Amino acid sequence: MTNDECKKVVLDIIADIAPDEDLSNVKPDVRLRDQLQLDSMDFLDIVMELRKRHGIEVPEADYIRLASLDSSAEYLTPKFNALAAKS
Amino acid sequence: MILPRIVITGVGLTAPNGNSLMEFRRNLLAGVAGIEWLEVRYMGRLLAGVCHFDPLRHQKRKEVRVGTRAGSISIWCAREALADSGIGFDAFPKDRVGIYIGCTEHGNVETENEIFAISKFGYDTKYWSHYHNPRTVANNPAGEASLNLGVTGPAYTIGAACAAGNMGLIHASQMLRLGEVDLAVCGGVSESIHTFGIFAGFKSQGALATNDVPAKASRPFDKARNGIVVSEGGCLYTLERLDDALARGARIYGEIAGYGVNSDASDYVLPNPARQAECVRKSIAHAGLTPPDIHIVNTHATATPLGDIQECEAIRAVFGTGCPDTYINNTKSFIGHCMGAAGALELAGNLPSFDDLTVHPTINVDDLDPACALPGLVFNTPVKAARVDTILNNSFGMLGINSTLIVKRFVT
Repeated sequence: MTNDECKKVVLDIIADIAPDEDLSNVKPDVRLRDQLQLDSMDFLDIVMELRKRHGIEVPEADYIRLASLDSSAEYLTPKFNALAAKS
Repeated sequence: MILPRIVITGVGLTAPNGNSLMEFRRNLLAGVAGIEWLEVRYMGRLLAGVCHFDPLRHQKRKEVRVGTRAGSISIWCAREALADSGIGFDAFPKDRVGIYIGCTEHGNVETENEIFAISKFGYDTKYWSHYHNPRTVANNPAGEASLNLGVTGPAYTIGAACAAGNMGLIHASQMLRLGEVDLAVCGGVSESIHTFGIFAGFKSQGALATNDVPAKASRPFDKARNGIVVSEGGCLYTLERLDDALARGARIYGEIAGYGVNSDASDYVLPNPARQAECVRKSIAHAGLTPPDIHIVNTHATATPLGDIQECEAIRAVFGTGCPDTYINNTKSFIGHCMGAAGALELAGNLPSFDDLTVHPTINVDDLDPACALPGLVFNTPVKAARVDTILNNSFGMLGINSTLIVKRFVT
């Protein structure tokens, strides 16, 4: 999985949990909370959906790594690739 | 002590056969039921009353996703009632508004959904939703309405089984009289059809209706009645003190005349006609009336073989044969049993009688059970009444909670 593919995975999840938001111009280097109406429960949703849909675990200490699309991709892409290598 | 008079100034509802008072009433007078087939988890196709309002009229998509069905129903009804009241809610002090919503139960839907969801993950509870607690707290329907409306006054639910719809109005009247709030949004809601448990429970109890024709399934007082049709729905009213309503030139649907609330203290599920009669008498006395002064009695009857007969026994005990101007009807024959919403919705279905002097019928009475042949029973076709100045609304619930509410025509 590439970083861009990983960002799409995260955006697909956000599209479901924040259905009123326009995601066409999300800036990858800006904190998601600074450009979208997302609260702490929404971030827990992102964590839950990564777990449910993709089997990816994000420990609480790492939640901060999901702050922006760039940081999410940087953190999650190796996890996706490690999971793919196992299967 | 002279207590302030309380009046109804707005109605918002969703019923299986209508999403506004006008549509609901039109269907009640035209004999149009709202029962359909519904696929229920683990149980298959069952008869149910399903509401078809558009939640996105008053909620964002995220609110619908995060919230509950009962929350959506509450918000719909509250927003529709406030708009109907013409009160100019945007400028109204939100800390002086109370939201009082009757519920039969709350939380079963979300709990069943979560258990089903984690069953796909080997029942590992790390997949359990972090929304479970805010969705299942007992105040959820009122709390969601307070969030949506920005109401900062008291907002909570009242658990009173199927007597709860009336209880919302009764409690609101008390709070207005105490001066706790200046505007009450009150009534009852139910999301029950989204839990298989309520269907399975009634089925195990031998109290779930079956019929090949959905519209014929809910048939109180008919010999072939065989149980309850479970329905969702909601009806919330705006209630105000009369002086406030008059000062702003509000349209007044009716005045809260009196009420009675009591408990059977006799059984978990079986009704108690003596206590029901006592509750009805209490409400009539509270209103300063006598039985012949009541022009419409809207029954609670749910179409269970025994329950209908017992309520008829209670009504006979109070009204006997000496009330020639008293008509008796039933709204569940159209919409099934809307549980916590039942009392509030059924009252709404009758309110227009003050204007059109017409009593909506109980439908599906193809073969009247002699044990339910009450004098004044209106069945299958509407009846024109000489006078409709009072409506008495019965709602009874499990664990023996009874509520009777009387609304009278508003006269200065």
